[in-house]
Formats: sequence, C-alpha cells, structure tokens
Amino acid sequence: MLELIVISTLNGVLFGMLLFLMASGLTVIFSMLGVLNFAHASFYMLGAFFGFQISRWVGFWPALLIAPLLAGAIGAGVERYGLRRVHKNGHVAELLFTFGLAFAIEEIVQIIWGKSPVDFRVPPLLDFPAFTIFSTNYPAFKMFMLAVSIVIFVGLLVVLKKTRIGLIVQAALTHPHMVGHLGHNVGRIFMLVFGVGTALAAVAGVIAGPALVTQSNMAGLLGPILFVVVVVGGLGSLPGAFVASLLIGLVQTFAVSMNGSLAGAFGPLSPDYAATWLSDIWNVTIAQIAPIMPYLLLVLILIFRPMGLLGTRDT
Amino acid sequence: MSDLASSAAPPLPAAADKLKFYGLWLAVIVALLVLPKLFSSGGSLTTFSLIGISIIFALSYNILLGQTGMLSFGHAVYYGLGGFLAIHAINIVAKNKFAIPLPVIPLIGGLTGLVFAALLGWVSTRRSGTAFAMISLGLAELVASSALILRTFFGGEAGVSANRTKVFRLFDWSFGPQIQIYYLVAAWTLLAVLAMYALTRTPLGRMCNAVRDNPERVQFVGYDPHVIRYLAFCFSGFFAGIAGALAAINFEIANSAYLGAVQSGTVLFATYIGGIGFFIGPIVGAIFVTILSLGLSDLTPVWQLYFGLIFIAVVMYAPGGLTGLLMMHRPLLRAGTLTRVLPSYAVAFVPTLAMITGLMLAIETIVHFTVNPGDDSHIKSFGIPFDAASPYIWAMAAMLIFGGFYLSRKTWTRVAQAWDEALSSARDKGVAA
Repeated sequence: MLELIVISTLNGVLFGMLLFLMASGLTVIFSMLGVLNFAHASFYMLGAFFGFQISRWVGFWPALLIAPLLAGAIGAGVERYGLRRVHKNGHVAELLFTFGLAFAIEEIVQIIWGKSPVDFRVPPLLDFPAFTIFSTNYPAFKMFMLAVSIVIFVGLLVVLKKTRIGLIVQAALTHPHMVGHLGHNVGRIFMLVFGVGTALAAVAGVIAGPALVTQSNMAGLLGPILFVVVVVGGLGSLPGAFVASLLIGLVQTFAVSMNGSLAGAFGPLSPDYAATWLSDIWNVTIAQIAPIMPYLLLVLILIFRPMGLLGTRDT
Repeated sequence: MSDLASSAAPPLPAAADKLKFYGLWLAVIVALLVLPKLFSSGGSLTTFSLIGISIIFALSYNILLGQTGMLSFGHAVYYGLGGFLAIHAINIVAKNKFAIPLPVIPLIGGLTGLVFAALLGWVSTRRSGTAFAMISLGLAELVASSALILRTFFGGEAGVSANRTKVFRLFDWSFGPQIQIYYLVAAWTLLAVLAMYALTRTPLGRMCNAVRDNPERVQFVGYDPHVIRYLAFCFSGFFAGIAGALAAINFEIANSAYLGAVQSGTVLFATYIGGIGFFIGPIVGAIFVTILSLGLSDLTPVWQLYFGLIFIAVVMYAPGGLTGLLMMHRPLLRAGTLTRVLPSYAVAFVPTLAMITGLMLAIETIVHFTVNPGDDSHIKSFGIPFDAASPYIWAMAAMLIFGGFYLSRKTWTRVAQAWDEALSSARDKGVAA
C-alpha cells in the first residue's frame, strides 16, 4: 500500500508538472492575447515528433534544444502571419483558427510519420533505474523529466517576477495599450510570448515522447485534459493552472492504480437490480474510469466554483 | 405614439413579400419531390439523405454559434445520444410490436437531445465565450468516454444496430428501400428547417441575437442572459437529436463515433464554411461539406488535410463564410456597379488558381514520398497523371506557389481598390451597404 502511494505520488507529480509545462504557456498566451490556443497540444505533439526525428539524426541532447526552438519558431510564425490577421474578426474567429490549425497539424503529422507510434527511445545515458523502492525500479529518465520541468518552472517564475522582460509581460497582461504607449512593441511581445509558450509545450513533448507513446493522436488525447486544467484552475490564472495541473496529475495516476468497484465495495450486500440494468456502473473499476476523472472534476468545479479554483475573472 | 409603435414592431409584410416568402417554401417542397426523379441512382439518394441530416445538424448548431454566439466543441453529444435512443426505440418497438411507425422515431431522438441538453446545459451555459467552448469540449469528452465504459447501453466499440423494417408499418411503407428513407429525411428536414426558421423570428430568437451582441445590455433590459443561452441550448439539442435519430435510421446503427470529437468538428466546419451570419449559411455549408467530403475522399487519400486547409482559409479570408461572400455583393448588384469589380476578379483569379494548383501539386508529391515511398513515382491525383520524382514537377510546384503568391497579392490589392470604388458609387446611388 505504501509502495503504491509513493510510486503514484511520484508519477502523479511528474504528470502534473508535464501538464503545467503546457498549461503555463497556454495560460500566459490566453491572458495576453485573449485567445485560447486550441493547437497548444499540437505543438506538444510537434515537439515530440521533431525530437524523435532530430534525435535520430544527431542524438537526443541536441534534439532537446533544437526541437523546441523549431516548434517555437513555427508558433511565432503562426502568431505573426495567422492569428494577427484573424484578430480583427474577434475571439471566436481566433479560436476557430487555432482549431483548424490543430486539425491540419494532426493531418500533416499523419502524412509524414504515419498513424502508428514511432520508436522514440530513452537516450542510453539515462536508460537505467535511478533507485529502487519497495522492489520497484524507478527509471532515471522519469527523474530527468521531473528535474527538467522543475527547472523550467523555477526559471519561468524568476523571469516573470524578477526581470525587466517579465515586468513588461505582466504589464501587457492587464494594460496592453499602456505598454504600447510607453514605447514597447506590443506586437513583438505577443509574438515572443506565443513562441515561448509553444516552445515550452514542445519541451514537454520532447521529454514526454520517449516515456509515453509518440503517436499522431497524442495531441487529441492530451488537448482536452489541458483545457480542463486551464478551466479548473481558473482561466488566466497561472497559480491556478499550477494547482490544477498537480491535482489532475495526481487524481488520474491514483485512479489508474486503484481496482475498487461498487460491486467490490458492497460485495454480497449488492441489491438485486445492480446485477441487471445497473451492471455496467456497478462493475466498473476506478481504474477504468480514470480517463474520465478530469472531466468529472470539471463538472464538479463548474457546479460549485464556476470561475475555477483560483480564477478571478468571469469571462 | 405611432412613431414608437412603428419602431418597436416591424411593419407587416406587403402582399408581394408574403407571396415571395411562401413561394420560396413551396418551391423547396417541389424541388424535394422532384429531386429523386432526376437523380434516381442509389448513390445519389444516399447522398441526398446525408445532406438532409447534415442540414438539420448544422442549422441546430447555428442556433448556438450564429444566433446566440456560443462556440461549442461538443455538439455531437446530443446528435449521438439522439441516435442511440432512436436505435433502442426501434428495437423496443419492433420487439413489443407497439403501434409506433418509423416516421415518429426521430421525435424520440429529438426529445432525448432536449432532455440531455436540459440536463447538461444549465451548468455549461452559465458562462459564454471561451469558457463555454472549453466546457462543451470537456463535457463532450466525458460523454464520449463514458460511452465506451457503459457497454450495455452503448454497445462498446461495435455500437448498437437495429432493423428499421421491423417496426409497425403505416400505409405499407417498409422503409427498406433508400427512396423511402429519402422522403422520410426530406420531410423531417423541411419540418425542422421551418421550425428553426420560425424560432429565429420569435422574441426568444431576437433575444438570443441580443445576448450574442451585448449580454450586459440584455441584463439591463431585464432578461437573464444565462436563461436565454440555456433555452437556445435546449432547442439546439432538440434539433441535433432529430438529426442524430435520422442518421441512425439511415445507417441502422449507432456507435460511439456519433458522439465523438470528429463529428463535433465536422458540424463546426460545415456551419462556419457555409456562413454563420445568415439563416441559409449552414444549409449551404452542409451541402458543400457533405459533397466535398464524399467527392474528395475518392480523389485523394489526404482529403482531410484539404478540408482543414479550406477551413483555415475561410476563417482567415472569408469570416462570413460562403454565404457571407455572396451577400457582400448584394449592394453592388442592386446599384448595378458589380460589373466594375468583375474584371479585377477575373485578373486575380488566374494567379490564385495557379497558387492553389501549386500547393496541391506539392502536397500530392510529398504524400507520395512519405505515405508510399517505395511505389512507382508515376502517380495520378485528381485524375491527372504526373511523375512525382521528376525535378521538373518540383520546380513547377515551387514556381506556381511562389509566383502565384506574389502575383495574387498584387492582383488582390487591385480587387480591393475596385471594390472600394464600386461600393462608394453604390452608396452615392443610395444603396445601403
């Protein structure tokens, strides 16, 4: 039992930090540009596939640097030549543009790399068990993932709170016009933020690629969870996104490792009707409903706290 | 007093307008009756049925997006649940020999959509805009994933099937042949389109538009935007359920794909490409997208990519959709200045077409080398044979793309100039834009 708790906590925090790597970019982009980037998970996928391809050519470590830069450059290009043009048509058009983009990116990835998973391996340098607890080997690569996400998290915090760029970004969040009047190029800041946000998602992709499955449907699987994180945390709230990422990471990992069901809980005390028309609900295990846990959480949050855990605005 | 009354209520339509209005609906009925006589093959009847279903679905979606300003990424939930309930209803009716004929079944689907929209709608319509979009996506994922867990009702991966010919027969209509299904779909489409058009003319329909444009003022007037969004959501779920039930009757099966993200995406594409600003927009979009997806899938393996690119192009360059583009020309047509724009269109058309051809050539060449690299490089796409390995083809694609892009940028500026001139002279003639 203790083993389960320790391992699940580690995995949950890891998944949560990965989610936050993406949710942070999504949140900053949303609060600055007012557009929820539907294609954010697609940049995560692009990061994973670029990482796969580049690590085949020159190895994993250069890929860890080049793939996010590449994806970030594409992201900046999308902002400059796509979103900025659509901006005058309103937020719905912007959201739809990123929706179409997500659709197109998935198709393009399918054309180039096919529909089946690619063989993205853990680099040999990190291919050993980091430590053993309760007879379970914990892979070093997962510790590396955790370290990378924590380093980026701290770095982001320092940049946002302590540097001049962070100051301008924070100011542009609430008063973009005033920042423009003070002589800063708001358009360029937006492009930069979009590029950095998508690059962060791509970093998540490169480090998650070898550990999870690198496949053309990975964006479609992760995207909705990412939006749940953002809504549960409160749209536009960075601390909220952090709390929600960890929460969902932990909830989902713990649910996967639990095997209980209503039938198991009640045992012989089950009422008769449970075996007939309620049998689906009665026999389903917690592990089986793990994929829908984030969405159940979303519904609960919407009922009890519509603006999200730490959200302040109602839009 | 009389001034106030005339500004508060629209004037009663003149006799000529009425004639035009009812004449239009009559013409539609006649067209629907004549259509299967003109194209009587099984394939075209199936296509018509699919278009009809798609029209109801897209129009129901536009109650949300176009009329109330709510962007939903999970509209297929109500479509799919309607379909599942319809299939179960057919099975139950056939088993117990209830005296319920097949044409009534879509109503069951509609009521299912209504019930679930009423259940899920209250929480999701509490907020509009981006939050609503994300919530609809989350709820859609919730329902779609639950469908795979609740196997007894949803039938798992395989879905649930039914035999539509086994239900109670009225006037000896078995609904086996596709032609009878066509008439069933056509009748329901007509009914649903009429009902949804009528809905836009009611005070509720007007308040929906008000909520879309300025929810704050709606509150000042004394309405609750949440309630109005909720009502619109319920109506939309009802019609989506009807569409889903018709689809289930048409295919005689309902599976989890009915509820999925792809279905929600398709209706969004159809509605937006058609144009959300006009009532007829989603109808145009449904026809266009259905025919395009059936036609393109025969011509190229990557038709979905083209589909996505068309959608992006519409969002970027024609936010009003196809109908929006056509309607833009109405003031020019009325003022008779349309002829001034047409030559510049003809000039801009050539390089734009060249650019699109170049893009398609490039895509098809790349697809050849990534999807089936070992095959013979002499491929045939869109019925035109060419050698994908030849450097001439590559050079031609590059030239068409870059040359076409450069020239079309220049020519479209000319179009904009000609457009401005034509519009200002139309204004001078007193035609409102």
